[in-house]
Amino acid sequence: MTLQDQLVQFLVSGITVGSIYALIALGFVVIHNVTGIVNFAQGEFAVYGAFMAITVSQKVNLLSGNVRFNLAWPLPLAALLGVAAAVVVGLLLYRLGIQPARKASALSMIIITIGAAFVLRGVALLIWSTDPYRLPAFTQGPPLKILGAVLTRQSVWVIGVTVVLLAALYLFFNYTLIGKALRACAANPGAARLMGINATRMALIAFGLSAATSAIAGIVITPATFMTYDRGLILSLKGFVAATMGGVSSLPGAVIGGLLLGIVEAFAAGLLSSGYKDAVAFVVLFIVLAMRAGGLLKGRAAAAEQAGL
Amino acid sequence: MLNRIRAHPNATGLAALAVALALVPLGIQNNYILTILIFIAEFTMLTIGLSLLMGYAGQISLGQATFLGLGAYTTAILSTHLNIPPWLALVSGIGLAAGLAYLIGMLIFRLRGHYLAMATLGMNIIFFLVLTQEVEWTGGPSGFHWGVPDLSLGPLVLSTDVHYYYLFWFFALLVIALSLNIVNSRVGRAMRALHTSEVAAETIGINTNAYKRKVFALSAAYGALAGGLHATYLGFISPSSFGIGISIELVVMAVAGGLASVWGAIFGAAIIILIDQYVGNLIEIVIPQASGEYEIIAFGLILMLIMIFMPEGLFTGMVNRWRKWKDSRASVGGEI
Repeated sequence: MTLQDQLVQFLVSGITVGSIYALIALGFVVIHNVTGIVNFAQGEFAVYGAFMAITVSQKVNLLSGNVRFNLAWPLPLAALLGVAAAVVVGLLLYRLGIQPARKASALSMIIITIGAAFVLRGVALLIWSTDPYRLPAFTQGPPLKILGAVLTRQSVWVIGVTVVLLAALYLFFNYTLIGKALRACAANPGAARLMGINATRMALIAFGLSAATSAIAGIVITPATFMTYDRGLILSLKGFVAATMGGVSSLPGAVIGGLLLGIVEAFAAGLLSSGYKDAVAFVVLFIVLAMRAGGLLKGRAAAAEQAGL
Repeated sequence: MLNRIRAHPNATGLAALAVALALVPLGIQNNYILTILIFIAEFTMLTIGLSLLMGYAGQISLGQATFLGLGAYTTAILSTHLNIPPWLALVSGIGLAAGLAYLIGMLIFRLRGHYLAMATLGMNIIFFLVLTQEVEWTGGPSGFHWGVPDLSLGPLVLSTDVHYYYLFWFFALLVIALSLNIVNSRVGRAMRALHTSEVAAETIGINTNAYKRKVFALSAAYGALAGGLHATYLGFISPSSFGIGISIELVVMAVAGGLASVWGAIFGAAIIILIDQYVGNLIEIVIPQASGEYEIIAFGLILMLIMIFMPEGLFTGMVNRWRKWKDSRASVGGEI
């Protein structure tokens, strides 16, 4: 491979991984916009979505081998169930963890979602144990070649799903009544309530929607990389960094942030050191935050931050 | 006058605790129990640092284990690879951690809430990666296997659990005394002011960022002290003791103790370590297959439940309720 081929390869794999970060970041943005909460348990939705899909589509040992499943559901159905399971987890998280404490301070809220992430991670460990799981590729066949770089078919799926989801979210937020109500809640919760919008219901919808997008992210990457019970945290972190790069409250911003993060990471891993790949996200975070806090305080997200979020 | 009355119970409490702790090894020769008490001392130092930061200054840190690890690895590396005397290595670790925290503080304390939480988490992850990647110096993921030398006091080489028990608790009490002093001083009042309202604190002339940086550096120094002692006590250290799991456990301890309470920090550290040690074993008796899984779930649940139902913390919450109960009894008595 020539250097040029390699660079194209980094770009291609960066975009693939970045799409996943983008999807998780979208989940962050949806919850943050509607409720003002940054959900540290975001990555767990991806884990639960993927694990449920795996459980119903192939042979799996559960509860340290005490329960065996061999359902062999077709992939689309399994994926649907995975998403549904994550949505249930999201709704339960809101009802049991967030809603009872809605008057709590930002600090308490952070601690609650961290606690929730730990509970979800522990439960996943209990059910699925430490085994790595994998889904089969969505479509079989040789990888594609683009400008000398290799693009697996699953990468095409990942990128495609991201594009479709982004478009769907855009349409949902701009052209449906519920979507507009969600945006109203984000813009001015007090006024939205006066207009008869039920804030609790909107928060529930936000958690469900956000869980669904993250679960889809979890399901589409599982054929490319193994899924383990503890992937949630690192996914949450990358998603948050991506969301922050995009300004925390913008959906297109989250996608651009995710792609940028994926590409920077791929180049850093390829050109500098693969061992420090996961550190790249945080170096980027520090740089972005240093710049934002220093000079970009005009933005809407910065205003929210000033308000004590 | 008021100051003297307020300082009084603390001094008495501290003296009583010191005497009680000094007597423990006379009655208990069991090394397992001494080890647990040593860990309680270690985590007391850390939790107090975090309590000062979170409870008093209102700033969250999800990366406190970084400083524990920085203290441990600096002490280990300096005293083995570079042949520096262990005490000097330990002091260097504390200086390095405090200095680094101050510098990092200059960058991150422009941030609030979630951003700060994530930034400190990121700091811990980067540190953890350095520990696992720089194998030549740290031994990598399998741990620092060069054997950290014991500390010594003059001719006495500290080698037994009893020695280290006294050493750890000596420093823990020092940290407690210092922190009580800080909390009840002008600095402590300034910290509480900036927790209540940063804007108000600024208007009365408190440089809030400078205070945050100083508290962060102090909490880092406590952490590095605990870490240096940890390294010399165990002789072996590995990255797994300094990951974000430990940072979160520290938040659990600080929260359980009640964020704005030095005494609560001791309680929080003690109760979480005891839960860690004994409840884990207990669950294994009840459900034989279960091992570490329940621990994570338990910590998560403890965090959530305390934050939802007792945001002021388990210890502070109980103390407040007891006071209220006593007051209500007193007023009932007055009516009769």
